[in-house]
Amino acid sequence: MMLVLAVVVLAVGTLAFRLAGPTLRARVEISPRIETLMMVSVAVLFAALVATSSLVENQAFAGYARPAGVLVGGVLAWRKAPFVAVVLAAAGTAAVLRLLGVP
Amino acid sequence: MRSLWRTLDRALARDIALVCVACAFVGVSFGAITVSSGLPVWLPTLMSVAVFAGASQFMFVAIIASGGGLVAAVVTGLLVNTRLLPLGFAVGDVISGNWRQRLFGSHITTDEVAAFTMAQRDPGTRRAAFWGCGLGLFASWNLGVLLGAFGGTVIKDTNVFGLDAAFPAVLLALVLPSLKDGPTRRAAAVGVVIALATSPFLTAGAPVLLALVGVLASLGGDRFAAKKVAT
Repeated sequence: MMLVLAVVVLAVGTLAFRLAGPTLRARVEISPRIETLMMVSVAVLFAALVATSSLVENQAFAGYARPAGVLVGGVLAWRKAPFVAVVLAAAGTAAVLRLLGVP
Repeated sequence: MRSLWRTLDRALARDIALVCVACAFVGVSFGAITVSSGLPVWLPTLMSVAVFAGASQFMFVAIIASGGGLVAAVVTGLLVNTRLLPLGFAVGDVISGNWRQRLFGSHITTDEVAAFTMAQRDPGTRRAAFWGCGLGLFASWNLGVLLGAFGGTVIKDTNVFGLDAAFPAVLLALVLPSLKDGPTRRAAAVGVVIALATSPFLTAGAPVLLALVGVLASLGGDRFAAKKVAT
């Protein structure tokens, strides 16, 4: 029972975070300056998310295979490779490195 | 709705489908890990439908399974999901219709959905990317979790397939075009340094939020440039 309650609290809180932006936008006019600031914020957020989820796990170094995979994917994306190639190359690199015993 | 699918061009639909397939595999592992760590079989399914935020779900289950307590699990999950606030703000324009659309649209907003939407410019394509990716991920994630919860431990460690590298690469590929802009790139660089420097000391979620301080770097640069032009 307590477990259900915990899931409900997490679900409601998460929905509140998600709902705040769209609700605010529906009520007030957003200036172009704020709009630009939001786009920069999201880019910063994603960049930080990419960096931490590639390199960190449980507050420690995540090993070499994962960041190597992301790096290969990133280089391909930068060279304008198709999205599918980027994703498969990232996963493939990490998988092969692990197969070879790289942590 | 029909016009929505027509706007979703084939290349974009294929890219979204790929992410959905990868997401389904991670869903299978979430279902399997949760059940095999001794938690009830309904938990992964309930969470996936009601919370629908992968990273926080893994955190929640890991904390409870290791005896960390419900309050800690909820607080950590909420902290990890705080980033959804700015994401919702950034893609909120595509779900500004009636309240039902806004409610369900908000619920299916994830990193990948926001990233796919953000990568499109034209309003029609933005809507198509948002709903195509959102609905696709909601369906594939929940289906995967259901399979994992009831199907047992077929796939437990998706790292073997390198899926842990695939998801950051997805976000990286989608965010890369916006980093062409100088001030945005500066802000992102500062944000990345802050997030990496603080992540050994802070719980998951917090470093990414702190990275937002980097946004100041984009403002400072503007003012600096303006001053240089003035003098």
